[in-house]
Amino acid sequence: MEAIQSFLNMGGYAAFVWPAYGATALVLIGLSAMSFVRMRANERALAELRGADDEEDA
Amino acid sequence: MHRFANPTRFVRLAGRVQPWAAALALLCLGVGLYFALFSSPPDYQQGETVRIMYVHVPAAWMAMFCYVVMAAASASSLIWRHRVADLAAKATAPVGAAFTLLALVTGSLWGKPMWGTWWVWDARLTSVLILFFLYLGYIALQNAFDDPARGARAAAILAVVGVINVPIIKFSVDWWNTLHQPASLTRLDGPAIHTSMLTPLLLMALGYTALYVWLAIIRMRAELAETKIRAIRYRQASGAAPAPQES
Repeated sequence: MEAIQSFLNMGGYAAFVWPAYGATALVLIGLSAMSFVRMRANERALAELRGADDEEDA
Repeated sequence: MHRFANPTRFVRLAGRVQPWAAALALLCLGVGLYFALFSSPPDYQQGETVRIMYVHVPAAWMAMFCYVVMAAASASSLIWRHRVADLAAKATAPVGAAFTLLALVTGSLWGKPMWGTWWVWDARLTSVLILFFLYLGYIALQNAFDDPARGARAAAILAVVGVINVPIIKFSVDWWNTLHQPASLTRLDGPAIHTSMLTPLLLMALGYTALYVWLAIIRMRAELAETKIRAIRYRQASGAAPAPQES
């Protein structure tokens, strides 16, 4: 318990170390999630459009 | 390089690289975080704040690396009109902007306890802030024209011209007096940093680079799909509404 507390305390610099890691995690995970969702949505929409296109052509 | 300018060939290559980049990023960042937070020692001068280095320095490296990639891709899209180069530059810009923002924010969080200030207008910090604005300017210019091709061209020119800022950032700590410390790794006499700190730093840097590769690929795929959607819609719209018959 004490070990965890001293780890979280970061030698008294917790207010600087953890926000730095938190901001990094937030920005990188956020950007990754947004990029991935956008890619999947676009590729699905394209596949649907192409499917519709083929039916029209047939 | 020119062989990869073909979008079809790019998609095939990207599909093969993408899972490896994701795996490498997760592995390096996971192990890197363990070393950064648990197994590396506190600094004898900076105490535990030195742990900020493991997220700050790789972010700053990536901020410059992404810009050089973006500028090189923009130059080749201006010179050879490579479609894939334009896509690469466009996909890189938001990632580079994110890394630059992180370098600024984590640097500020490191500066407060160590320098006693969140921010100083010295050469290193100011030139990195300008880098951030160059990224934002690039993104804004792309969407500033009705014709996407003109926007891409204007943004590419900005990216190429702005590359002058990268050596200014790199050498700012040598050319001007600054609070920011000079390079510890890229020195003629070898890195001035102990292995216990170098290991997490390099792991995080490799993880960031792999993450960039993965992000660039999925953002390029998204962009490519969007262009194709636009083309199909345009074709459907012009097909559905035939030109008025001659009377």
